[in-house]
Amino acid sequence: MKRRYTISVFTEDIVGLLNRVTIVFTRRKINIESIAASDSEVKGIHRYTIVVTESEDTVGKVTLQLEKQVEVIKAVYHLDEEVIHQEIALFKVPTSILLQGGEAEHIVRSHHARVLSVEAQFTVIEKTGHKHETQKLFEELEPFGILEFVRSGRVAITKPMRTLTSIVNELENKQYS
Amino acid sequence: MEALELTSNKETKTVKQMSGAQAVVHSLIAEGVDLIFGYPGGAIMPVYDALYDYENELNHVLVRHEQGATHAAQGYARASGKVGVCIATSGPGATNLITGIADAQIDSTPMVCITGQVASHLLGTDAFQETDVIGISMPVTKWNYQVTKASEIPGAIAKAFYIARTGKPGPVLIDITKDAQFETLEFSYKPFKGMRSYVTCPSLNLSKIKEAAGLINTAKRPLVLFGQGVILSGAESEFRRFIEKAGLPSAWTIMGLSALDSDHYLNVGMLGMHGNYAPNKLTNECDVLIAVGMRFDDRVTGDLSRYAKQAKVIHLEIDPAEVDKNVKADVAVLGDAKASLKLLYNLVEEEEHKDWLEEFRKLEFEEYTEVIHQELNPNGEDLTMGEVVSSINEYSKGKAIVVTDVGQHQMVSCRYAKFKQTRSLITSGGLGTMGFCLPAAIGAKFAAPNREVVAIIGDGGFQMTIQELGTIFQTKTPVKIVVLNNEFLGMVRQWQELFFDKRYASTTMVNPDFQQIVKGYEIKTKKVTEREQLNSAVKEMLEFEGAYFLEVRVGKENNVFPMVPTGASVSEIRLK
Repeated sequence: MKRRYTISVFTEDIVGLLNRVTIVFTRRKINIESIAASDSEVKGIHRYTIVVTESEDTVGKVTLQLEKQVEVIKAVYHLDEEVIHQEIALFKVPTSILLQGGEAEHIVRSHHARVLSVEAQFTVIEKTGHKHETQKLFEELEPFGILEFVRSGRVAITKPMRTLTSIVNELENKQYS
Repeated sequence: MEALELTSNKETKTVKQMSGAQAVVHSLIAEGVDLIFGYPGGAIMPVYDALYDYENELNHVLVRHEQGATHAAQGYARASGKVGVCIATSGPGATNLITGIADAQIDSTPMVCITGQVASHLLGTDAFQETDVIGISMPVTKWNYQVTKASEIPGAIAKAFYIARTGKPGPVLIDITKDAQFETLEFSYKPFKGMRSYVTCPSLNLSKIKEAAGLINTAKRPLVLFGQGVILSGAESEFRRFIEKAGLPSAWTIMGLSALDSDHYLNVGMLGMHGNYAPNKLTNECDVLIAVGMRFDDRVTGDLSRYAKQAKVIHLEIDPAEVDKNVKADVAVLGDAKASLKLLYNLVEEEEHKDWLEEFRKLEFEEYTEVIHQELNPNGEDLTMGEVVSSINEYSKGKAIVVTDVGQHQMVSCRYAKFKQTRSLITSGGLGTMGFCLPAAIGAKFAAPNREVVAIIGDGGFQMTIQELGTIFQTKTPVKIVVLNNEFLGMVRQWQELFFDKRYASTTMVNPDFQQIVKGYEIKTKKVTEREQLNSAVKEMLEFEGAYFLEVRVGKENNVFPMVPTGASVSEIRLK
């Protein structure tokens, strides 16, 4: 059965490694639904958060293939309920829609979205949340005219308490003992 | 692993000013390299210029095509256990390496490839002979790295060799921009000692070993499948002691061939599509299946949904990504085969499994009467490939290194060649690269100059890298080349016969006169068309001191049997 999984890949901070990571997916023709690259809490360790919808068998094999790559420190996968995750969406809308009778303004307020910038011609609104939440705001604002829209990849924090530092310490002791 | 560590390297004591190109040469020498295969070109010229001063320390073999360099490096690595090294220029030079790199990746062959690259300020501009070899080679290398500064060279090369030879070995590519080759650096060399993001070998888990031993000790019908892992970890004697103590019938993948003597009483033969009857049949009748350093390739397993379902599976494996990939292991013993087998040896009980072994003998006899006898003693006029291999066995006394290409002759060589020494069968297993054999045989001969190296090739594969006859001519490498000529792309033809209604689409080969071609390279040649010429020709070839080309006309439409058709279960193996 296919389900949505969040794969977190911790790597050394090296040029080209993203390519090596994505090859593991493209080779099996797995669609990457979203990908986010960032630092981690450990200096020098990079983190990719990748979302795919696949069977656990496939995701498990992919995770091992990822971990097999030289310079990948650790790869783990989790179901949605095992992570706290968010995406950020930015909407550029005509400022005029927020001045007409307040309906658009009401939508923005009811979604707890933030206004980031107001210019004479356009306003930029930010909404952070799960994809269905940012999508809902998109659908409600769409009739008013959205000038530009962008949504980030998912970022996720895992619920299990094993820290990256402890994993790294274990690997370093193993290698150099 | 220990065998591989022997290629290890030395640290330099002093710091010297030199160019990046000289640093490449000094780094290779520090890694213990004394032989490289390559082909020069614009972007690698500074390195070639530096090599010119070190001809005594570092022998460079000029191949005729970069693909030949990779296969030669592979042949060298597979025969010696050391890292094979090849070198090429940017652009087409680099792309010509890719087939060999992919072959080394899937067959876990330690290899370091060094490519020149356009100057760093030209990267990404579609400069002359620029290609993104890092991008192209990424899916087929264990690791790759682009050097743009001379100061990175010693560190990158040290890391490359470490990664290539440790853990599950594989190919590594270092791409060096031309400006980095010219730039000067303060050279000092430090061997690479490991990194947190690359676990070479998972730690042994004693409880898993105990669990495995428990299963083996209660097994009534155990079967061992062994692969190249036994050879790569240098575990041949540990393996033999283990199976002898527990009385375990043992079958091999073609990558594991020669790790156990052919005539060992527990050697029950070859697995897979064209393997032996008994081990394929009995895979589906054993109660405990013990896989050692093999990865359940589809050519070995046939239909996975009907593969050894009745058996408890023990998998000794160094690569965690291979466990449960194709066949679910009941007990996964992660780690180096040598270390695991040593521990297992202590825990298994002495046993003989006579009745079970007898079942293998019965099926062996059946295969002998139905297939082997005819292959080796045919009634018809046509020579068979098996007769030729058998003659080579006899006159080489099983001591030769046999290198094969890909196709029918490969399966026949693996089935009928006999070995008494490890690292004696070199073939392109996973990738199935036609054209592998001739250059790989050159590399093997450099690795083992005191051993006879016999290249067995089909007429198709021979023409894929036939240009390496030039390398043999120039280096006077005394390899013995046997072309089994059936004027067909035989394996594809066999499939067309069996599965495509004999529609022989593009498999007929109209060949040139190989004798004339080979004579041009001043290699001694002979052509055998009749049975009575065969033995004397093989004898003459093996007694001859230099390179020798023996062409044998074999039956045009002979088939290799037994066969597990695609999609069938191993127990549905056909004898005809």
